[in-house]
Amino acid sequence: MVDHDGADNKRIDAPTGTETVGHEWDGIEELNTPLPRWWLWTFYITIVWAIGYTVVYPAWPMVSNFTKGSFGWTSRGQYDEQMKLEAAKRAPITDAIEKIPMADLPRNPQLMAAAIEGGRAAFKVYCVQCHGSGAAGSKGFPNLNDDDWLWGGDLQTVHATLVNGIRQPGNNDTRNSMMPAFGRDGILKPAEIQSLVAHVQAISHRGKDNAKGAALFAVNCAVCHGPEGKGNRQFGAPNLTDGIWLYGGDAETLTETITNARAGVMPAWGQSLKPATVKMLAAYVHSLGGGEATPAPALVAEAAPASAEAGNNVQP
Amino acid sequence: MSNPKDLQSLDQPMYQARKAVYPKKVDGFFRRLKWLIMAITLTIYYVTPWLRWDRGPYAPHQAVLVDMANRRFYMFAIEIWPHEFYFVAGLLIMAGIGLFLVTSAVGRAWCGYACPQTVWTDLFLHIERAIDGDRNAQIKLAAAPLGVSKIVKRVTKHAIWLVVAVATGGAWIFYFADAPTLACEFLSGSAPFVAYATVGVLTATTYTFGGFMREQICIYMCPWPRIQTAMLDEKSLVVTYKFWRGEPRTQGRKRAQDAMIIDSMPTGDCIDCTQCIQVCPTGIDIREGAQLGCITCGLCIDACDKVMDQIGKPRGLIHYATSDDCELEQAGAPPRPVTKALFHPRTLAYFAIWCAIGLGLLFALGQRTRLDLSAIQDRNPVYVQLSDGSVRNNYTVKVRNMEGRPRKVEIKIDGLPGAVLWGELGDRASAGKSVQIDVAADSVRKTRLFVAAPATGEAAQPFDFTVRALDSEGGIDRDDVKFERPAR
Repeated sequence: MVDHDGADNKRIDAPTGTETVGHEWDGIEELNTPLPRWWLWTFYITIVWAIGYTVVYPAWPMVSNFTKGSFGWTSRGQYDEQMKLEAAKRAPITDAIEKIPMADLPRNPQLMAAAIEGGRAAFKVYCVQCHGSGAAGSKGFPNLNDDDWLWGGDLQTVHATLVNGIRQPGNNDTRNSMMPAFGRDGILKPAEIQSLVAHVQAISHRGKDNAKGAALFAVNCAVCHGPEGKGNRQFGAPNLTDGIWLYGGDAETLTETITNARAGVMPAWGQSLKPATVKMLAAYVHSLGGGEATPAPALVAEAAPASAEAGNNVQP
Repeated sequence: MSNPKDLQSLDQPMYQARKAVYPKKVDGFFRRLKWLIMAITLTIYYVTPWLRWDRGPYAPHQAVLVDMANRRFYMFAIEIWPHEFYFVAGLLIMAGIGLFLVTSAVGRAWCGYACPQTVWTDLFLHIERAIDGDRNAQIKLAAAPLGVSKIVKRVTKHAIWLVVAVATGGAWIFYFADAPTLACEFLSGSAPFVAYATVGVLTATTYTFGGFMREQICIYMCPWPRIQTAMLDEKSLVVTYKFWRGEPRTQGRKRAQDAMIIDSMPTGDCIDCTQCIQVCPTGIDIREGAQLGCITCGLCIDACDKVMDQIGKPRGLIHYATSDDCELEQAGAPPRPVTKALFHPRTLAYFAIWCAIGLGLLFALGQRTRLDLSAIQDRNPVYVQLSDGSVRNNYTVKVRNMEGRPRKVEIKIDGLPGAVLWGELGDRASAGKSVQIDVAADSVRKTRLFVAAPATGEAAQPFDFTVRALDSEGGIDRDDVKFERPAR
């Protein structure tokens, strides 16, 4: 039985000499031990603290605003301050990356590592929309992880592609070339295109060749894609003999490609991003695994084999 | 308490001011034991950060150092990395079980002798006695009106307390940075803000806890007395007033003799001199029995033994005893030596567990490798098809060099036929069966490795990365990963 009005059951607990509160639960009683007074002070201190807090920090909602607090603190202000501090911390590195010639960047491993990390962040902002978060691309947007490059995969070429973009009107240095729309413009008949498709599939080891297609290729395609179809980076003409297809290597897609042509574009990032950011992006893209070595000057090339012993790849 | 009137009708106040405790000076075995333990614990606390230990050019030379910034914990010859934190966890578990062990064997000995709250309160009490005099002088001074002498004494006492408090807070920070350097920085005002803040907070807590809160920490705040209450049993040593010997009390020695001879009334050995209460640092009366407020410091034993000597009675009216022994003694058995109570099954069980964990940690310490490799496969993209038809997977590999010197290591792939490997800044043309990298002293090198293999094979083929140190000492570690290919 719970006695709600326990006042009558109060008694003095013999061992302690303390009064009980009068409640009893299965024989267990509660002693009415007074709280230490200093404990009460801690309660007052929290009240004083709370008043002080509302004075110095933003606290009270008003009709159309809120009390700003005498410290003038805002979470946004603190964020800006921290971003400024971080930017100031990064400044020497960013400046160094901006000043160093692209070709010299890999010779400074620390700067290169910083550039790759910076590029990783910038890529997530500017590049993922087309190339995907893992830079694996999609139909029409190249996979930047692989070793197949339309315009070249060494650091400086990647950088040049980034700076000037691809097929950007008004930019004299942009990557530019034009594949004819062989079908749409009536250069080739549909039957001829089918022969050509069969030939292109044959040179990438997927089907039987035909003489007609080979002849058509030599006349119409070899000027850009090369007599063997191995492509030409000067024109961004893809290698047609490898296992990688930007738009697709099946007959249907190839037919569409030859009929209507392809002309992918990319913004000229040199116009909108800081030079250091573009360099970082180049370093990051180059680091994804398909990056090619910069064609080395002749003098350096002679010394190179010494460091590349068979089976062992020595790195700094 | 459902009716608010209940609150008003209470005879007892809601809040109570602290009842001041003025412990009297005492001497005896347990007091000397407390001196000894205080000397040892304070020496360990203040001196440890200043001990040096030569670790070569790549690591700090402080014997005990918690290096938060670099996430290293140094303890003499042992260096703990964050991933080896289980050693610290193990030590904490040992400390916990150590407390159980001590509680099981000698009751609340931690509270009475070794707890920082007890040690520093004791220190503050001694300072107080040195300035204000012993118990009676302190009571008199507290009641005296404010005068020049009282002001001088109060200012002196609090100044010395504050110096001790600053020294206590100050010593703490030296565990976290190179002590001599930080000491110079601290005094010249160029130390980091957090150092000053830490010293400030610890100074405040030491001053408040040692000077003002004292026994109230034990009675109101500390969870350990509650836990210990649950851990004590009839075989645990507690400070016991042997009431069957002491009762009935008689006031004063003369009265006791008179009562026995003249009135031939039964009299106990307790002459109600209240020395046991006067020396108690928590202000309790041990004659009321075992209680929460008793930290078992044994000072009342010293005080009572002295009185027993004076009135010519045997010592040990108040003494460490177990509940079981008390029952035997009441039945007429002679007092059992305290040492006999130390060993009982629960104590031995705790000791066995404590030793097992300790030995386990030592074994793990001896087994741990100082070279470590962990590899994870990059998931975005999972694989990359290459122009020659082969497939590449990318891996992020971390090599930990836990030695205090730079090392050159070789990373190989095992169990992936036809695969080649290259690293950052390398390329397919220079790929081989292994790569060599340099790892700086006492650091982790994170690097990406690219592995290309033929497109034919399992969709997810397991293989190993193996790292091998190329110096004379050697050392090997491996990690298993998968190589994934497009579904066919």
